[in-house]
Amino acid sequence: MIRVVLPAHLRGLAHVSGEVELDIKGPATQRSVVDALEAKYPMLRGTVRDHVTQERRPFLRFFACEEDLSQESPDALLPDAVVSGKEPLLIVGAIAGG
Amino acid sequence: MSGIRVLVGTRKGAFILTSDGKRERWDVSGPHFAGWELYHLKGSPADPNRLYASQCSGWFGQIIQRSDDGGKTWTQPGTPPGERTTPEGAPKAESNKFVYDTSSETGKPLTTHQFYDGTQHPWEFKRVWHLEPSLRDPDTVYAGVEDAALFRSKDGGKSWQELSGLRGHGTGPKWQPGAGGMCLHTIVLDPSNPERMFVAISAAGAFRSDDAGNTWRPINRGLKSQYIPDPEAEVGHCVHRIAMHRSRPGVLFMQKHWDVMRTDNAGDLWQEISGNLPTDFGFAIDVHAHEPETIYVVPIKSDGEHFPPDGKLRVYRSRSGGNEWEALTKGLPQRDCYVNVLRDAMAVDSLDKCGVYFGTTGGQVYASADAGDNWAPIVRDLPAVLSVEVQTLP
Repeated sequence: MIRVVLPAHLRGLAHVSGEVELDIKGPATQRSVVDALEAKYPMLRGTVRDHVTQERRPFLRFFACEEDLSQESPDALLPDAVVSGKEPLLIVGAIAGG
Repeated sequence: MSGIRVLVGTRKGAFILTSDGKRERWDVSGPHFAGWELYHLKGSPADPNRLYASQCSGWFGQIIQRSDDGGKTWTQPGTPPGERTTPEGAPKAESNKFVYDTSSETGKPLTTHQFYDGTQHPWEFKRVWHLEPSLRDPDTVYAGVEDAALFRSKDGGKSWQELSGLRGHGTGPKWQPGAGGMCLHTIVLDPSNPERMFVAISAAGAFRSDDAGNTWRPINRGLKSQYIPDPEAEVGHCVHRIAMHRSRPGVLFMQKHWDVMRTDNAGDLWQEISGNLPTDFGFAIDVHAHEPETIYVVPIKSDGEHFPPDGKLRVYRSRSGGNEWEALTKGLPQRDCYVNVLRDAMAVDSLDKCGVYFGTTGGQVYASADAGDNWAPIVRDLPAVLSVEVQTLP
């Protein structure tokens, strides 16, 4: 079970108040986590990654275990602590005003 | 008794203001979609409880919302909260998907437009500026988007298809972004002819279709824009908004970047009607609900100074279809006022007397229940107002 922390805007859109928990089949990667996120919360499709290119939206970043994973391959394995559920994957909006 | 519902889009959410026909006491609902930009909300003329909203964010992209109960509850069309699949089994969140048509038949030559620096630039979807529901079918709605293109949904907003004849008619490479981006911001449907519609794009100009949006042609003859290399070019004009009175669909009024214009032949030729306005720069323009020669604008000082001249917020009204304008000031701030009124932030109701409404970037929504003679704020302290639409309810 993977824990994911969403930005407040997306928590509102998904009608959730805290972390979301996702079951991942196969290797836990950024791609498989976002796949599972969009399957469970389809209203989030297009908000984390582009509808067409499937690339991470430019003003969003992925963090875990105090590391910035944003520039990692979307198919790179997530840290063990995220896979075990000890640490969450953080989806964070860029600090760019607003 | 009739009622009024004012739909307000702001930088940080949507608000719904309601009143009875007296238009004296108002209830304020919101913020809906708090924290998101609401570029536009509009109700269906065929079903007043059917509302569409464009919710967007530079971080999270475009969301389309729909209400079937007059704004009490909202959902992304086709994506009810908590359901894993649609009854039809269709993929969800297609309602947020705006994909340009790049097919070799209909999509060409759609590849590039002119960028700020004059180079060619690929089309990139950014947001929906304007939603225009069909006059007859609540499930049909048009979307004007940035980068400029026209989309249509025929299933209540669940999915969108580009009407690519607009971008594909040939002048697309000459279109360029205005200060707000390259946006299709105005969609006007002809109530007497379902085949005819008008759109306006900054900075390309006005366009007309006479076959329900399949093919288009520029309608900019008579426009003169000193800020482009050829002031009378076929396209390239920064049209800010177009308004029509439903009883005379061949007569259109335009607030251009500079100049207020009118056409009496559905855009075949425009003439300037700025007359005695203190400045003819502005964004909003609208027509009285019962007097097709009575029009309203809010003059803004200049393209570089987006606030009212002399710090006085004045609506100007012409009862003669232009050229002769009177300042309407009662109830509006007449000193130290430096707000803007954006292009989609003015609307009228159809009560007698006609109500006129506009919102400001300072967060005020002003209303006049007597066609502009007297004004009062409904609310004073909303986030910056992007759009105002009004529904007159039975």
